[in-house]
Amino acid sequence: MNTYEKDQKNVALKLHYDIANDDFSRAGEASSKIKKMLKQLAIDANIVRRVAIATYEAEINLVIHSNGGNIEVFIKSDCIEIYVEDCGPGIENIDLAMTKGFSTATNVAREMGFGAGMGLPNMEKMSDAFIIESELGAGTNIKMIVRYET
Amino acid sequence: MQIKYVAGILNAEILAFEQGLEHDVVTAFGSDLMSDVLAYVEEDTLLITGLINQQVIRTAEMLDLKAILFVRGKIPCNEVIQLAEEKQIILMMTKESLFTASGILFQHGLRGIKI
Repeated sequence: MNTYEKDQKNVALKLHYDIANDDFSRAGEASSKIKKMLKQLAIDANIVRRVAIATYEAEINLVIHSNGGNIEVFIKSDCIEIYVEDCGPGIENIDLAMTKGFSTATNVAREMGFGAGMGLPNMEKMSDAFIIESELGAGTNIKMIVRYET
Repeated sequence: MQIKYVAGILNAEILAFEQGLEHDVVTAFGSDLMSDVLAYVEEDTLLITGLINQQVIRTAEMLDLKAILFVRGKIPCNEVIQLAEEKQIILMMTKESLFTASGILFQHGLRGIKI
């Protein structure tokens, strides 16, 4: 698994949330709903926590950096897959963006406590598999898998 | 360390979810950078911060944190306090600085997390 592709097979439950850019007052609402749903499904607390952190970082990234996007969560029998897509502006240098401490966040984002350059590395840390693809002017796609047993 | 004890030694004012004061925290983490909090903190940790916006509550929610201590006398707006009540997260405020509040807690036996 090296390229970004949605795996529609054996999806027990699908969640979809649209995320608007620059809407800091609502940032975190989608992740909160995702977390609540996973808890209701009696999924292991540690898995719920990892998914919550990954989706929250993704949601914050969409609010700070994107021109708007969405988060989809596929709940399967052996794992949870998280898909994050936006419609730009794209990341120029992914290696640099993945470096701890590197950030292009605005002052507004920094005032909210973000822009420490930990978002993408943290999302990778929470996932068992992490794929990021980006094209300047087009957008960024991220796939994360959190497995129940590792 | 019981959260009630934390509030006591720092003369902290309880701002939200007072019902939870009997709970314990095992470690503490002080930061105004929520990204760092998300990267390093685990549950049963007391979050000590000078940041008072909604994202602090959301961060605590994602990490299952039970309590947040605001330093430097900062009090969040009602909307933020409301969100904490809803998520059952204790909010406390001390007039001490981040450094002094952390020092007092350390002196009383509370330790930081392992990075």
